[in-house]
Amino acid sequence: MCQVEEEDGQYCQEMEGGQHGVSLAQKCMKCKEGSAALLIRAGDAFCRDCFKEYFVHKFRAMLGKNRLIFPGEKVLLALSGGPSSSAMVQQVQEGLSRAAPKKLRFAPGIVHVDEGAVCGQTQEERARTAAQMESLLKVSGFPYHIIPLEAAFKLPGSVLQFHTPGSRNNYKEAVDGFIQHQQSLHSTANEVTLTQVEERLTQLSTEDPERQDVDFTLPESTKNPPPSSVHTQRLIDLFSAVTTLTAREELLQKLRTHLILHTARTHGYSKVMMGDSCTRLAIKSMTNISLGRGAFLATDTGFSDERHGDVVVVRPMRDYSLKEISYYNHMFGVQSIFIPGLDTKASAKASIHRLTEDFMTKIQADFPSTVSTVYRTSEKLGVTPRKMNASAYVMDRCLLCMCSLDTHFAEASAFHATLVSEQFSKKTKPELSTAEKSCCMKARDGAGQCENPTKDCSSVQRGDGKSAFLRLLCYGCRLTVNDMKSLDMLPPYVLLQAEQHNRRAEMKKEIQDFLLCEDETSDAPTT
Amino acid sequence: MPVCCSACEVKNAVLRRPKTGHSLCKECFFWAFEEEVHQTIISAGLFRRGETVGIGASGGKDSTVLAHVMKLLNKRHDYGLNLILLSVDEGITGYRDDSLETVKRNQQQYELPLKIVSYEELYGWTMDDIVKQVGLKNNCTFCGVFRRQALDRGAMMLHVDKICTGHNADDIAETVLMNFLRGDIARLRRCTFITTGSEGAIPRCKPLKYAYEKEIVLYAYFKKLDYFSTECIYSPNAYRGYARAFLKDLESIRPSAIIDIIHSGENLSVKEDVKMPVQGTCARCGYISSQKLCKACVLLEGLNRGLPKLGIGKHHKLQHKLLAQEPLTEREQRKLKNVDF
Repeated sequence: MCQVEEEDGQYCQEMEGGQHGVSLAQKCMKCKEGSAALLIRAGDAFCRDCFKEYFVHKFRAMLGKNRLIFPGEKVLLALSGGPSSSAMVQQVQEGLSRAAPKKLRFAPGIVHVDEGAVCGQTQEERARTAAQMESLLKVSGFPYHIIPLEAAFKLPGSVLQFHTPGSRNNYKEAVDGFIQHQQSLHSTANEVTLTQVEERLTQLSTEDPERQDVDFTLPESTKNPPPSSVHTQRLIDLFSAVTTLTAREELLQKLRTHLILHTARTHGYSKVMMGDSCTRLAIKSMTNISLGRGAFLATDTGFSDERHGDVVVVRPMRDYSLKEISYYNHMFGVQSIFIPGLDTKASAKASIHRLTEDFMTKIQADFPSTVSTVYRTSEKLGVTPRKMNASAYVMDRCLLCMCSLDTHFAEASAFHATLVSEQFSKKTKPELSTAEKSCCMKARDGAGQCENPTKDCSSVQRGDGKSAFLRLLCYGCRLTVNDMKSLDMLPPYVLLQAEQHNRRAEMKKEIQDFLLCEDETSDAPTT
Repeated sequence: MPVCCSACEVKNAVLRRPKTGHSLCKECFFWAFEEEVHQTIISAGLFRRGETVGIGASGGKDSTVLAHVMKLLNKRHDYGLNLILLSVDEGITGYRDDSLETVKRNQQQYELPLKIVSYEELYGWTMDDIVKQVGLKNNCTFCGVFRRQALDRGAMMLHVDKICTGHNADDIAETVLMNFLRGDIARLRRCTFITTGSEGAIPRCKPLKYAYEKEIVLYAYFKKLDYFSTECIYSPNAYRGYARAFLKDLESIRPSAIIDIIHSGENLSVKEDVKMPVQGTCARCGYISSQKLCKACVLLEGLNRGLPKLGIGKHHKLQHKLLAQEPLTEREQRKLKNVDF
């Protein structure tokens, strides 16, 4: 894509296959009237208005096609401040400001997680970014929540639990219901939004029905008081106990997700929108493959992500390339804030995330279809079908990323092979129980192979802190935790929940002989 | 200061395992490497007693180590297998003729029977001749497609039950990345299977699937195995080069990345509604093919008709003409002739 005013005329020529670049005289290929402002694809010039229409349509088509956002539903927009999420917020604003009938009909709020503490920002820098962010949020007119990463130390253990989703009617019924509701509201003199009716019913509060926008915006916005320096220090300690940037990046992502999920749950949002662009998702797919998270590609990069149960994460920006977004933001004055991240200024080989980004950007230059090919490949992947029972959720999900565990698989697998390699490379540890020892010794003697290291050699043991903790994690999260010097610095909710899981596993082991049906042993918490 | 071996805790370690980072002495490393291959063979149930197994031998490090380990494990764990070395002579002067010498030496050292099949006897073309026609650009396509079939044909001549190849963990991880980048969903699913082609064709397996390339080199180095290590004189596969370089960088950041990628590949699940190419058999030679004519037959036809580009890229539409042995139109011919000299 290419814009006329920009200096990269050379690029335009390349895109046009060596013909002339876009000139101002060229007409928009869509309306054939307006003068071309940018190249949307090789050779296809769009004028400003058509580009805007195209961009807006894409967003609405994505929502319309998937039919996941119900009218009147509370939707939390995750805003990092970067170009994609800023464009997403702008699209929602645009959609809501429009006159009926094609107006978007959900009730948005915004969440921003302030990660300054671990990204090397000083107090003053953080304050400045926060002020900038807040002024941006205020302009949006939506309720907003600014959460410092330090709040992770105050999260409850329930964040890590799967919550059974409430019964949902199908999309059509929901829309019909909403329209009926709207009409009945219109017939009464007071104009009240559906959200407010719901709120009133649940909270039995009485609010002034007039000036609704203000009323339902301000009281809901939360801005946490500046985090205590104790928590900030604990957070810094936690991240410095992680030895690799790769693992630090992963840990940050997990904590961020937990905070956003918690915010959504406490404020009654049932959807979270993430601003991942197609480019970002393609990079994420390649990164996650390299991080051993292949089993969860569909969950990690798909349009909807239902791993948490009650709160569904959606990614409506996934059809836009980063380039499209940048041009849109540039042409239509969408503001974004630059906030340094964990890997800002890091070298290309500092982490798997950085390396993959670098690799994809370079290969994209040589093979311009790479990003879209990777993105489309990831779209063809589904969630690993597992004989999953609704009640088996607690034990079968990774403690950190909430994906169903990919670690109890067949013997002929890469996971099994790594366990075998570990075994052959070190002397049997004295703390292992006799049963395990005999099993491993047998293998060492060459009399046979260790039948099943996953079960026999790593049976649930208490006291053996790290390995007990690791057992609760998926393959990818194990790698992250393996790069941590100590687990003690993890936020309390993670440790508490881990302990609880292990206790239950222990209990289950004790009563195993008396259980008749495997499925009924672990119960999902009810919301 | 010498480091103590972490496995026996007696001897001094001489190497650090690229796969796990443990320091091991020579004997413990040999033991670990061999037993891990054994574990792979047993847990995946690769062979059955009494079977004849062809080992694809190129003379390179992977196949040399494979032949050595297979011979050793067959004896140590009494697999009861009848092992044969299978080599393909592509006809590349200055490369394959030298590496075949290595294979012949291996044959004597390991006392295994050896069968060499050549492109010349199977197809009537050596790679040198092909390159003369095709140029350096797409010749790897010919070589790769022909080699795959040549190995099978050689195996059939010897009535082999299974073929095993020296593909290592790095090769497989690289293929996962490459197929993802290219969007080849069918191959993406297949490429991590340890055994492939069970229906009809002779099954192939990769006992070194979980062995790091670096460990294979270490093993060959300490065992002082005789292998041939020269890159092919014709151009290397460009796209694979990208994936390879990326994988090496990943490995330098996190050594487990190779096995992590294989884990990812093994756990990818393709949506049920995604269309997959249907595997059939070639109408001309009977080899597995997703088209009416297999790639090797199309390529060969192209060579024989003097239209080397026939099999490069997609030419579904021409398939029926080839099958009926009809001549191509002039326009079609012009497209398929070599343009770059």
